[in-house]
Amino acid sequence: MRNVLLIAAKEIQESLRNRWVLAMTALLAALALSLTFLGSAPTGTVGARALDVVIVSLSSLTIFLVPLVALLISHDAIVGETERGTMLLLLSYPVTRGQVLLGKFAGHLAILAFATVLGYGTAAVTLAATGAAIDGESWIAFATMIGSSILLGAVFIAIGYLVSVLVRERATAAGIAIGVWLLLVVVFDMVVLGALVVDQGRTISDAALSGLLLLNPTDVYRLLNLTGAASVGTFSGMSGLAGAVTLGPAVLVGALAVWTLGPLVIAAMIFSRREL
Amino acid sequence: MTSLVDIRHATKRYGAIEAVRDVSFALQPGQTVALVGHNGAGKTTLIKLMLGLVRPTEGSIRILGEDPAGRGIEARRRLGYLPESVSFNTALTGREVLAFYARLKSEPVDGIKTLLDRVGLSSAADRRIGTYSKGMRQRLGLAQALIGNPRLLLLDEPTTGLDPGLRMEFYDIVAELRDRGATVVLSSHVLTELEERTERVLIVSRGRLVADGTIDALRRIADLPAKVRVSVVDGAVETLRSLMGGLAAGRTFNGHRFEFDATASQKIELLRRAAGAGDLVEDIDVIPPSLDELYAHFLRKESP
Repeated sequence: MRNVLLIAAKEIQESLRNRWVLAMTALLAALALSLTFLGSAPTGTVGARALDVVIVSLSSLTIFLVPLVALLISHDAIVGETERGTMLLLLSYPVTRGQVLLGKFAGHLAILAFATVLGYGTAAVTLAATGAAIDGESWIAFATMIGSSILLGAVFIAIGYLVSVLVRERATAAGIAIGVWLLLVVVFDMVVLGALVVDQGRTISDAALSGLLLLNPTDVYRLLNLTGAASVGTFSGMSGLAGAVTLGPAVLVGALAVWTLGPLVIAAMIFSRREL
Repeated sequence: MTSLVDIRHATKRYGAIEAVRDVSFALQPGQTVALVGHNGAGKTTLIKLMLGLVRPTEGSIRILGEDPAGRGIEARRRLGYLPESVSFNTALTGREVLAFYARLKSEPVDGIKTLLDRVGLSSAADRRIGTYSKGMRQRLGLAQALIGNPRLLLLDEPTTGLDPGLRMEFYDIVAELRDRGATVVLSSHVLTELEERTERVLIVSRGRLVADGTIDALRRIADLPAKVRVSVVDGAVETLRSLMGGLAAGRTFNGHRFEFDATASQKIELLRRAAGAGDLVEDIDVIPPSLDELYAHFLRKESP
């Protein structure tokens, strides 16, 4: 445990030093702020609940951005250190490979969580400061959105590690990471949508659709945020889907947890068998 | 007495390539051992096997009483390693990196000040490693290997990138550690440098251990001729040559110097006769076969 914390602390220290944390937080805050103020323009001042609109815009942003950022910091975690030669030295110390992987995961997740909370939090706080009326339900939905964004980040950090232990070169890892991102964020939904259109509801039942969406962590995230709170669902354009898919929040959070632990455990197993 | 390192019939194959073939040796506390071999001979694989970074295909390896590739990581607390081309995260300072490694070994962080002094990095300790020269990184690498007074030090090509002054300091540190009972394994190409500083030499060639012993023992086995150089006054070359008459093959250098290749048994007789030549002889040097020559000899023997 001590070793895990030591490695996590070093990971955070390095990211602070090379300004990764700063860049990531600034990026998320800038996008969140611009979405908050530009995005609410169409609804005008009569827009019932300002924060709900922000949740819809921000979670759509998260689906694209958080997986990308998470893969960016994680794809290089193992293969990069191996290539630079620092892994060889680290593993000659009294530390297991499982501890190395877990420590890096804790560190990377902490960085991502920090950036998300601070970046998105800035937007909400600014909104509240400008005098928008925000009720308790909206705050809960907002907190859920931040929490699930971090969970989505955890999924893609774990997937990034899996990529990182599977390849021999950093460039390969980067290529595969981009491929994974495209597949899960863009291609998967298009294929599902296409299938639904062609099928016209003949063979794909609601249950099958639910199962299909659980196969993609970004869709799990989308369901969790855009259909979860009733007030948010009305803005998101997801209410049709929400009626069809009957997955409770517990199942969705569980699915994200499985999506994190699965790749992480497989990555740890491959890494501990790997010969350097 | 239990050995610090005990390797029995270790073989490591990567696909069809045998990087290490049936190697066995044991190292005792307080030994300084040179691991000699050309590039690709299996030195680094052997060191990685000792570190548990790779597992032997066959045979067994015990380091400080533990299987290095097993679950136990306790033994690594008493082990120092300097990789062939050591590298660190360039964003951190030397002090930060050493503090991290000291904590990983559960050693007090205060100790790194002494280490930084010892390798001469005190003044650069708070600079980013990105600004360090190659020699400074190598010194930092040595400092991290010394954390926690290891009982076994594995140094892979430790003196590359160090200037001559620093090399001397480096060997002083190694001698100090040995006197404290640590076993030091040095792999190197610069054989002449190792010659006076190691008690034992392991020569590897194409994955095999082709020689193992003290330098003196290897010299006896190889039975390589020593060089006896005799300088004579001008014009005395022929006199001396006839005096030595057929005892050993020799070469003449710039008119007043002979060099004979003399086996151990011939050497004394040669010296006796040269001394008998009285005033004709100005100087006599006896040069034993160097580690370089021994190395070349064992490699030749190995090649078909």
